[in-house]
Amino acid sequence: MSLGEITRVSLAKDLRLEWRSKDAINSMLFFALLVVVIFSFSFDPTAEESRHIAGGIVWVAFLFAAVVALNQTWARELRNQVLDAYRVSPAPANALFISKAVGNFIFVAVLEALMAPLFMVFYNLRSIGPAYELVVVAVLATWALVANGTFFAAMSIRTRSREVMLPLILFPISIPALLAMVSATTAILTGEGAYRFWLVLLVVYDVVFTTVCLLLFETVLHAE
Amino acid sequence: MRRTFVILALLTLGLLSYALYEGLVAAPTEQTMGEVQRIFYYHVPSAVTAFTLFLINFAASIIYLARRSPTADALAVSTAEVGVVFCTVVLVTGPLWARPVWGIWWTWDARLTSTLLLWLIYISYLILRRYSTSGQTPVIAAVLAVFGFLDVPFVYVANRLFRTQHPQPVYFGGPGSGADPRMTHALLMNMAAFFCFAALVVWLRFRLERARQDFDETEALEALLQPDARSPR
Amino acid sequence: MKFLYAAYAATWIIHITYLAFLSRRYRRLRDEMHDLRKK
Repeated sequence: MSLGEITRVSLAKDLRLEWRSKDAINSMLFFALLVVVIFSFSFDPTAEESRHIAGGIVWVAFLFAAVVALNQTWARELRNQVLDAYRVSPAPANALFISKAVGNFIFVAVLEALMAPLFMVFYNLRSIGPAYELVVVAVLATWALVANGTFFAAMSIRTRSREVMLPLILFPISIPALLAMVSATTAILTGEGAYRFWLVLLVVYDVVFTTVCLLLFETVLHAE
Repeated sequence: MRRTFVILALLTLGLLSYALYEGLVAAPTEQTMGEVQRIFYYHVPSAVTAFTLFLINFAASIIYLARRSPTADALAVSTAEVGVVFCTVVLVTGPLWARPVWGIWWTWDARLTSTLLLWLIYISYLILRRYSTSGQTPVIAAVLAVFGFLDVPFVYVANRLFRTQHPQPVYFGGPGSGADPRMTHALLMNMAAFFCFAALVVWLRFRLERARQDFDETEALEALLQPDARSPR
Repeated sequence: MKFLYAAYAATWIIHITYLAFLSRRYRRLRDEMHDLRKK
């Protein structure tokens, strides 16, 4: 089987399992909602100011929710010794990585699609810039979080307090991407700011780190 | 080896003392900031040293991934730890300089924020090393080090734009910008002194790590070679 | 200026703390080596 086929099969399996149990999606959704409500106590979301801070709050909520999804990425594989089996099989390691990353991407994207209208309502948002740009930013940003996140989740499998270790190593490295996604979103919502620059930064970030992930995943898989 | 170490130690001591004198006494007082500006002679060399150490960590991590040599791994962990120490110095001296000059302890300007992020990245590296239960911790740590270092340019670029959009205090008014040669001299002396000091400390940490590696291996072999309590009859 | 002295002092306190931490680890390793040799 080729890389493409393995990826597709693995991805289909993950999506099917998730569709049946809806584990990840439910906990992510609830968590994101909680974050939004709690943040609403810290800032008073009146119409004008909310436009400036909404970008930050949205991405913090999605970040924490994504971590929920990322933490359970490899849990099933770990429980059933799938990783050992994979290691001795001739299948290319990257197929596993890509399928997991794309799976996580889909989960988080679904979350974002569900939460976006909610945000619009809670913060009375009306984007000043073109709305399709928000989708572009969301795609790039989500991939940045999910690609690194899936990779780091694999790295933190054999550590004490695994669930804490993942955000601990993921967040510092993701900060430039977070800065970019928040700034880009704010730039679109408020119509001011260097949207183009942040977009380019996100693209470069995605390209660089996806490449590094693909280059090093096999090493990490064998290092368990 | 031993003799080189002693010579380096003496050289470092000499340089540090001389550089201290240069920084505190010989260099002229800065016009706008006054005496407090002299913190600059400790702050900047520490930052440059920290960054150099992290660069070496990056190289050592890559070499480890390519060759799996324990020497490379020992160098990686040593430079990361000492780098974090120097980075801590930068983060402490920075606010101590900022407070009297700008009236605020901290500012989220590009440089300070980038340094803080650098510190966070390498602390996370050290925590991963400590909490990993895998037998292949050095490999995983090396991978994280690669990610961490590749992130640095992004950190700097992102912070530059983000923070220049907000009003921020001017960094410093004078030294270095076509300034007094005695100031440059003091700065360079302190740089050399702290580089030597860093080399010394990294050496010490490196030797400790190598000894620890050898010991763990010996211990493991001993355990394997122990006659089994339930000896085969 | 007391900030100046505080900064220089803080620098050396940080470095000396780390060196002390290192020497404690050296001692612990040496103790472990003695224990192993005794066995």
